[in-house]
Order: sequence, then structure tokens, then C-alpha cells
Amino acid sequence: MPTLTIDGTEVTVDPGTTVLQACEEAGVEVPRFCYHERLSIAGNCRMCLVEMEKAPKPIASCAMPAGDGMVIHTNTEQVKKAREGVMEFLLINHPLDCPICDQGGECDLQDQAMAFGRGNNRYDENKRAVKDKEMGPLISTTMTRCIHCMRCVRFSEEVAGVPDMGALYRGENMQITTYLEKTLDSEMSGNVVDLCPVGALTSKPYAFTARSWELKHTQSVDVMDAVGSNIRVDTRGAAVMRFLPRLHEEINEEWISDKTRYAFDGLKVRRLDAAYVRKGKKLVEANWGEAFAAVKTALKGVKGNEIAAITGDLADMESMAALKDLMGTLGSDRIECRQDGSHAESGTRAGYIMNSGIAGVEDADYLLMVGVNPRLEAPILNTRIRKAVRHFGLKVGTIGASADLTYKVDEYGDDASVLDAVLSGKHDAAKALKAAKKPMIMVGQAALARVDGAAILKATRDIADKYCVSKDWNGFSMLHNAAGRVGGLDLGLTTDGGVNGILSDARDGKLKLVFLLGADEIDTSALKDTMVVYIGTHGDEGVKNADIILPAAAYTEKLGTYANTEGRFQRTEKATFAPGAAREDWTIFRALSEVLGNTLPYDNLAALRTRIAKDVPEFEQIDVQKAAEWGDFGTKGKIAQGAIAPAIENFYHTNPIVRASQIMADCSEARGGLVEEATGTNG
Amino acid sequence: MLADKDRIFTNLYGHQSPFIDAAMKRGDWDGTKELIEKGKDWIISEMKESGLRGRGGAGFPTGLKWSFMPKESDGRPSYLVVNADEGEPGTCKDRDLMRHDPHKLIEGCLIAGFAMNAIAAYIYIRGEFYREAEALEQAIDEARAKGFLGKDACGTGYAFDVFVHRGAGAYICGEETALIESLEGKKGQPRLKPPFPANVGVWGCPTTVNNVESIAVAPTILRRGGAWFSGLGRPNNTGTKVFCISGHVNNPCNVEEEMGIPLKELIEKHAGGVRGGWDNLLAVIPGGSSVPVLPKDVCDTILMDFDSLRDVQSGLGTAAVIVMDKSTDIVKAIARLSEFYKHESCGQCTPCREGTGWMWRVMERLVTGEADKSEIDMLLEVTKQVEGHTICALGDAAAWPIQGLMRHFRHEVEARIDAYRAKAAE
Amino acid sequence: MSKATTFAWTADSKKLAKHHISKYPEGRQQSAVMPLLDIAQRQNGGHLTIEIMEYIAAYLDMAPIKVQEVATFYSMYRHKPVGKHHVQVCGTTPCWLRGSDDIMAACKSRLGIELGETTKDGQFTLSEVECAGACVNAPAVAINDDYFEDLTPESMTKLLDDLAGGKKVTPGPQNGRQTSAPDGGATTLKEFIGKEEGA
Repeated sequence: MPTLTIDGTEVTVDPGTTVLQACEEAGVEVPRFCYHERLSIAGNCRMCLVEMEKAPKPIASCAMPAGDGMVIHTNTEQVKKAREGVMEFLLINHPLDCPICDQGGECDLQDQAMAFGRGNNRYDENKRAVKDKEMGPLISTTMTRCIHCMRCVRFSEEVAGVPDMGALYRGENMQITTYLEKTLDSEMSGNVVDLCPVGALTSKPYAFTARSWELKHTQSVDVMDAVGSNIRVDTRGAAVMRFLPRLHEEINEEWISDKTRYAFDGLKVRRLDAAYVRKGKKLVEANWGEAFAAVKTALKGVKGNEIAAITGDLADMESMAALKDLMGTLGSDRIECRQDGSHAESGTRAGYIMNSGIAGVEDADYLLMVGVNPRLEAPILNTRIRKAVRHFGLKVGTIGASADLTYKVDEYGDDASVLDAVLSGKHDAAKALKAAKKPMIMVGQAALARVDGAAILKATRDIADKYCVSKDWNGFSMLHNAAGRVGGLDLGLTTDGGVNGILSDARDGKLKLVFLLGADEIDTSALKDTMVVYIGTHGDEGVKNADIILPAAAYTEKLGTYANTEGRFQRTEKATFAPGAAREDWTIFRALSEVLGNTLPYDNLAALRTRIAKDVPEFEQIDVQKAAEWGDFGTKGKIAQGAIAPAIENFYHTNPIVRASQIMADCSEARGGLVEEATGTNG
Repeated sequence: MLADKDRIFTNLYGHQSPFIDAAMKRGDWDGTKELIEKGKDWIISEMKESGLRGRGGAGFPTGLKWSFMPKESDGRPSYLVVNADEGEPGTCKDRDLMRHDPHKLIEGCLIAGFAMNAIAAYIYIRGEFYREAEALEQAIDEARAKGFLGKDACGTGYAFDVFVHRGAGAYICGEETALIESLEGKKGQPRLKPPFPANVGVWGCPTTVNNVESIAVAPTILRRGGAWFSGLGRPNNTGTKVFCISGHVNNPCNVEEEMGIPLKELIEKHAGGVRGGWDNLLAVIPGGSSVPVLPKDVCDTILMDFDSLRDVQSGLGTAAVIVMDKSTDIVKAIARLSEFYKHESCGQCTPCREGTGWMWRVMERLVTGEADKSEIDMLLEVTKQVEGHTICALGDAAAWPIQGLMRHFRHEVEARIDAYRAKAAE
Repeated sequence: MSKATTFAWTADSKKLAKHHISKYPEGRQQSAVMPLLDIAQRQNGGHLTIEIMEYIAAYLDMAPIKVQEVATFYSMYRHKPVGKHHVQVCGTTPCWLRGSDDIMAACKSRLGIELGETTKDGQFTLSEVECAGACVNAPAVAINDDYFEDLTPESMTKLLDDLAGGKKVTPGPQNGRQTSAPDGGATTLKEFIGKEEGA
């Protein structure tokens, strides 16, 4: 462990630490632009120059490995001059258009110019002008501001795995661009906006809508997939202006997907901001009292076994628990959270979570994915897998639809029946699982939603049992696509026959009334003749055949608990109020229960959470991830030959919020017009 | 003056054929097997004894450089890379060595490659030297046909091959790590050091990059002994050197001379003297465009070697002597170099990318005098802001000519500003 | 080149391309991107297109932008058509000291074009280049693969006349001197010179 002296303070650091990192450990700030701890070292901005005794000239601290006995100075005249010099060079061709730059107020160049710059301008020549580049619907460019730090280029190549950005020409004519000015072919592209230390790459949807200092920041959790990326919701008044990532090393590091970042316009349109009750053929706006009364009327004479409920992908646990309890008061336990028809089972928790955790992928040395496309289903997880492949020697095999995941995989075809061969040890994947020290198998909803999903679940469970589960390692993983799914399974929201059973019973007239809690990924035409009470946020599929609509709060408008695909409980915070008459979902059920004459036994959130914790003991352990106790799950059965279809056809089309988002539609079109293809699909 | 018998490059001017029969008659490939059989340690120790310092400009001891290569492979192969990206303004010596005496270089590759355990040598030649690359390729084919290269090079049992890689127009590829990047099929942008090429070079393997001349002199040094070479020149500045004499001389030429030869003797004996006589001399850039210019009074007595030139705040560089007589617009001569460096900056790091353009633009104004005198000091400060702050030495190379100009010809720059003002006031 | 044309190696180009790729270790075929761009540029009559760069990217299993980066970094790759004779006048200090401005003026005057332009008949393109590395034979001009040295405005004009007239021209010094030896005869190596001439 090298010990070095930094500004007179001795500090001992891990081998492999750079001088810049050592300075940070010693509490000494070193300015930088190109250096980024999650990207390879470029050493090109030269802002981090420091003095090293015995070195003839200042060194780039970001690139210099800390060595034993080094004596570093960061506060000498030489260092001050070096920084002033670099700062001046960065500014001579920078437009200094801060008043009209979206980066203003949160600009590294601005901040560091204040702290380390000379404060005057000696450059008397013409400034360079660079033509802006088209980079698609998410990224706005002002390339004259670019300081050529290469962060965006390194990110796209290293993290996103799409080497489509580069620097053309040379010297002072060097220009950053995407290849032929196309949209970056990535679900992670928006991160370059965060990485850009200046205003060269800024958010196009956010352009000129707000200044950073006027925004209220709320720390929350994303629900666009089941990863649970940590986010910051920036609001002004009632409007969500933008989403930014929040650091969480075990989940999203400091990245978020484009869907997480840019679907915010979907929160503002097609919103249900009032209750509606069907009068004849028309839905008529109603107040809460009228709407609740209509529910009461509809329930008159309906028996418990004639009532069912389906919860949607974005539902928080509090809402689902309250609905479950409400159903209980009506004599029904037929409440289903698997609206995609997945055969994932509640019960054995180890059977429906990612036991290793997302970060655990970095420990694994082999990963077999069954019916999973993590690039579309969970871009953050895919980024982590790519990182593990690049840096930690992870090997990946897939059974499922062929896809470019941005890293090398051994594709074993898309026929689910090869799982039998894997289990019996005859398949190449079995050999790889067997040879690995920490093997993982990950099964996805595409496989589990097949008719033989229960048999596939059992097969993957048995494969895991044979190869992937040991005393200190559980390599069984299920990847979910719905933020609410693990919570729903924790609450036991599974029914015999699943969602298809409910829909066919409704079609057959066996069901009289169905509650849809934000369930928009089903084909509601089956519910045409059934009384449907829709509780949700958007005028999407779920309201098509609804008779009573109760407007609810979106994830940015409520305090909700979500269990991500790792089984980690996290909570959203209320960044804004729900629009119009919309209310937080659980309060709707609580109020409705009172009207129906059987009041739910909690009148605040804390009481509700205490109630949930009785059923789900770990519910109050926020932000904890651990493997669950191993057990048996799935149903032995024949796995039919045949392809596993992809779970997601269009990344930009997976829930009512993103379907309402014009930005997402633009993205879809920019990346190949997947919108039309996916129109009308329900999952 | 160096005696012809001590000249290594006997076909410098191409009076004879460059190819194998003539080359062997000149002594190339003579007893190469025996040299190799004396072993790596012997070769490196002879090279060290010769005192040879790298001929590409930096002057690092060649034998020492070879000794940095791993003695045992850790599984990775080692490579020798020859820097034939000759592009330093004023310099055109390697061109002659490759087009007129290629076998010296190829034999040198084998011997140097053997000494550093390399499996192959890549000669990175600037793209513009198309005919020179052709000559090299032909000579390599000849050497392979004779069994001098290949699986059993010269019958030693040692497998070695030499390849030519043509550049495509980028001075920066003369910087060794930019050259390596380019050899890997990338933009020629210098790498951060450490790691140094001897640890992580081309394709992640241990690599030594040597100038053409450094490698081409090696066979002769080994045949005649390190002591012979170190007996020439001056201590720490030994041996012979190919000088390029360009600019305002009567007979510009390349010539192999002894290290430490007085500049005046070099110019007068071989280049026919300064145009209009020695007293018509204004200044000399003694080692290629990167080194600071020297005024006549220094030129009167200066010796042409590393240490002597360093002592007068200049450098031997590539030993490319650019002579300027009194008719020269010295400000423009240096401004043209500033333009060169701006054109050749790779753009990777801030001080060079931004500074070379800034310096050139100010220099262009100083040529006409359209400037304020305070800008001279500002320009010098800018050169200091570039110097020592960049990833590679191109930043230094862009700064030094301007510093040299102001050191010796500031009065000229000031006079020009005065003249411009006077004219404007009329 | 028309947009509809699809670039593909000719048999000769392909052979050359494979020869270059074979110089580099297995899996390091990217190293051949520079020679392949050169081969393609020659095949295409002197300049590169996006289509060609993408062809080479696919051929070497590289991201197209990486090929484009290389092709725009090095000055010898051209992205616009050039004339049959690409006249590249060195203008860096050693050539400038010996009259490169006059050489450039002679070129402009003889060809009737400015820097960076191509004559209407497509015969000549005029460029200025940085140090050609023929400083002791300054002023020097490269025309395609050959250097023409020790030029005067008169010999430069004659050279262009000859090229325009389809006459054979001789590269190297245009004043009769022996390569880089001092004009009027070498001052060294006298005993070697003349021996085994033509060997």
C-alpha cells in the first residue's frame, strides 16, 4: 500500500489508486474535466496538473499511479499557474454564452473558471465556431462550447457499448460527433448530457425550460422498469421538469436509462384528473362522492367470487395492499399482479428475485439468460453485465431471441426445450455453469409467460439448484420488467389461472366486477360486458372498457414502496401533487371502503405500512438486498419446442406514462420507427 | 573532418544500388550470424559502450533503452518499432538511409530485435515516402529470400521478420506512442505515460521504438566495436551523425560527420558555405524546427552535439541545420513553424490544441507588426503555459521556436511593431 | 463517383489488402486500416467516400466511426475528388527559405487555379503541404507518389507543361544534382562514388 505526502499530509492508499484519487482521500480538491471515475482515463484536459517532487514538470494527477514516497503539492505557484493556463486555454475558444446556456448554474467549466481561472481575457483573436451536430431527440448540441474532454465518446464506447461517437479531424479542428450525426443507438444515451462538463451536450426536451437554481429536488425511485434506479425529480411548481440519476452503487451507479430520464412529458398528458362514471354509452365526469356511490351501486348483489382485481406494472405496494384488503372486505381474494401472464410464483421469495443483486453480476463468472433481453428490459442491468464482461471476465450465454446486447454472448438459440439438455448436463451451457465458480441463471418474463411457463420456471430452478446455489452464493435470478411485480408477489397477488383466467371468466360472464389498478397491459376487450372500476393515472388501455374511473397518483406524486427485481424495498417521495381530483391510490381504497361500509383499519400511511409489514416481514427494511432462502418452485412439466418470444418489442412503449410521452415516441421513431409495429400490443 | 573509412552510410547519396548485391559488397549482412551468436548481453553492452544516443531527437542512450525490455516473456511477445516517420522540418536523413541503404536498417532491425527478444520489427514510414517504402519492401523481400529474415534468420535459429507500415500524413506519429496508436490502426494521438512502451506498447506488448538512424548504425557499431564508435565525437556525444543542411547555404546537402563538428565547419566544408559568405549569416536552427534558433554569434563557435547545443538553450534534435541569411524575415520563418505545429497538433490535450492556434495567430500579426509590444511578453507567457503541460513533446516543440526567436530577435519584432505603428500614423 | 456505385475491392486491391492484413498479428486486423484506406483511395481515383469507409469498417470488423476518425485525422486521405496529378507544394520553413512561395505562384499561374482547387479538365489539383521531408532538396513538390526537388519557377512550370502534355517526367532533383549530395559533387565518400556503379 503506497504512502504518499500530499500538501504535507501523509496518506496511504490502495495499490492502483491514482494521485488524483489519493488527493481526494487526503481531502484535497483537484479540478478536472476529462477525468471521470467510471470511464477510462483520458488525461487530456490537463486541468488536474499537480507538482510532484523530483519530476521535471507538473504531472497529470488523474493518470499517474500513486507511488510510495511520492511528494505531491497542489497549492504551489507552479500548480496555480498551470491551472490558470489550462483554464485560459479552455476558455479562449469557448463562447462564454453562459446567459443563454442551459448548463449555466451547473457547469463545471463555469465553476472551475471561477475557482481556478485568471479572471481576465487576453485572447484577442477570433474564436472558433463549430457547426452543431444532430444527435436525435434527446441531446441538444452546441458544439462550439465543446472542450474535447471525450467523456461522451468514452461513455458511448465503454459503458453504453455503442461505439458510435467519435472525434473527427485533428488539432483545433477536432469535432465530436455521432456517426453521420445519427441518434445514438442506445437506451442509455442521455447520460452523456450528465457527463458533459460544459453546455455542449444538453437535454433537448429540457432545453430552455428552467434554470437549475429554480428547481426543487426530490429524491425518489424510478418505476420505468424493475431495476429501481435512484433518481432525483426536479420540479418547478406542479411540473416535473426533468429526472436526473442519483448515485446508488449497487443499483444504477450514476446512470439512468433514457426511459427513466425522458418520459417526464408523459406525466403531463392524457392524465386522469377527475372521476368518471358511465352513463349509458358515455363516461361522464363525476365528483368523488358520485363515483364511490356508483361503485357501491355496482357491487350491490355481487358475490365475492364474482369479483376480481388486476394490478398494473407501476403499482406501489401500499396501493396493492389496500386494494387487496378492500377485496377482502368484499369476500374476494382473486387479485392478480402478473398482467403479462407470467408463471412467476409468490411464496418462495428466492424464486422470484435476483438473489445475487445487480452488483452481484460483477462477482459472477458465468451467466445463462433464459428469455431475457436485459438491454431492453433493464438497460441498467445490461450496463452492469457489460461492465462485468469487460472488466471482470464474466461470460454470458443466452437462450432466447437473438439480440445485440453490446457484449459477446454465446447464443444457444431461442428454443426453450433445450433447458432439458442443460438440466441433464449435456448442453454446452451446462458445462459452462458447471465450470464456473459463481454461475448465474436468469430467467425472464418472456419465458415465464409461455403456456409452459411453470415448467420453464421449474427447469430453471432445478438447473440453479444443480449448478448455481451454494452455501454463500445463490445464482438464481428472475428479471422482472414491472416495477410493481416483486411487491405484488410479496403480497401474494397471484391467482389460479392468472390474468387469462380472470379475463376468460369475465368473458364468460362468471365475473361481475373487476378492479383494474393501473392495469394497462391487458386486452380489456374481454371486459366489455363486465363492470370495470379503473383506478389509475392515464387514459390508456385500462379505461377503454371501464365503467367507473377513479383518478390516481403517478409515482412522482405519492409516497410508495417498490420492491425491485433484486427484492430490494425502496420508496418514492412526493415531488408534486397529483393533477386535479386525482388522489393517492391507497387513500382512494380507504375512502371507498368507508362508503362501502367496511372501513379499512388504517387512516394514515404509517399504519398501512405497519399492516403490510405483518404480511411481508422485510417490508420495513428499506434499501437492503439479500438472497432469500432457497426452496422449491415451479411445476414439473413438458417444455414444448418453440421460440421464446421477446418480452419487449419496443423499449419506448412499455407503460401508460411512456405511451403518453411524445419524447419517447420521437425516440422510437429516431431509432427505427418501432412505434407502429408495437401499436396495439399489450405488453 | 571524419575520414571516409569511418563513415557508416557509404551509399548515402545513392551512387550505388541500394539493393542486396551492392549492399553486401558494402559490408552489410557480413557475419550477422556471428554477431547474434555473441548473445543479447554482448550486443547491449557493446551498444552501451558505443555511447550511441538516439538519433530521433531526444538523444536517449540506445543501449540502455534496449536493456529496458523484458528479458523473459510473460507470455506476450515483444516488438521493435522503427520510427521512420521523418517529418521534423529540416530533417531528411532517414529518407536517404531507407532509399539508398535499406539493408543497414533491416540488418539493424534483426540485431536490435534479437537483443530485445522481439519477434518482429515494424518500420513505420511516413506515408509521403512512397518510393522509400517501396525500396524498403524490396530490400526486405531480398533479405527474406536470402534467409536473413524469417523462421531461421541468418541461420541462427532465431525467428524474426520485418514489416513496413506506411503512415498517411501526420507529423505527430513521430512521437513514439502516437506512432504506436497509429500502428494499431487508430488516430495518432499520444498515450499517457506511464505505462511506457517497454511495458505496454503496440497491441499491449513490450515495445521499443527507435529512430531509423539509431537502428541502421547498430550493425556497423557491432562489427567495428563500441569502442570504435565512442572514439569518435566527444564524450557523451559520441560517434557519427547524418546532418541535414538546408536553407540559405550554397549547396544544401545531407552528410555524415563526426559528432561535435563545429557548425561553421559543417556548413563551410560540406554545404558550400552560407549564401553570400559567413558574415551574411543571420541565424541557424541547429536541430530541426523544434529547437530554438541561434544567432550568428553563437553559430560562430558552437559545436554540433547534444551537450554543446543544450548549453546554449537549444538542442541537437535531429541534427537538421536550417540556415538563414540576412535576407531572411526571421519572424515569418518562425511564424511558418508555428503554423506547422498548429497544423500538426493532434488535438487531444488542451494546451496544445488551443495554444498552438493562439501562438500562430499572434505570430502572424507579429510578422506584419500589427500588435502591441505587450503582446510579446503575453505570447511568451502563452508558450510557457503550453510548455511542459501537454501529454507529449509537441507542445514544447511549438513553444521553443518562439522562445528562441524572442530570446535573440526580440528587437526585430519590436522594430516591426514600431514600423507598423509609424506607417499607420502617417 | 456516383452515389449508386457500390464499392468493392478489385481483385488486385483485395490481394493487396490481404497482404497488408497478414503483416499484423491474428485479431489485430484493425492495424491494416491505414493501408486499406490507401488502397481504396487509389482504387477510387484519389479520394474516399462514406461508402468506402463503411466497406473497410465491415472488412476489418471496426466501428465505422473509428474508420472515419482515422480517415479524417491523416492528411493524405482525401474526401473530395482530386485531379490526375495532385501537386503538393511544401510550404514549411526550409522550403519557404528557398522560394516555395515562388513555386506556388508558378503553379497557380501555370494551372490557373487557387490553392485547393482542381483544374476544369480534372488534370491537376493544387495543395500546400507541411514539411515533405526533402529539406536539403528544397523547394520540393510532391506529385502523387513522386518528389520533384530543387525546383525553380521555370522548372516547375516546365514540369507542369510536361505533365499536361503527357510527357514522361523524371522525379528527384530538377537541377541535375545527385539526390541529397551537395550540388557540384559530394564532399565525402569520394572513394565509394563511382565504384560498382549500376551494381
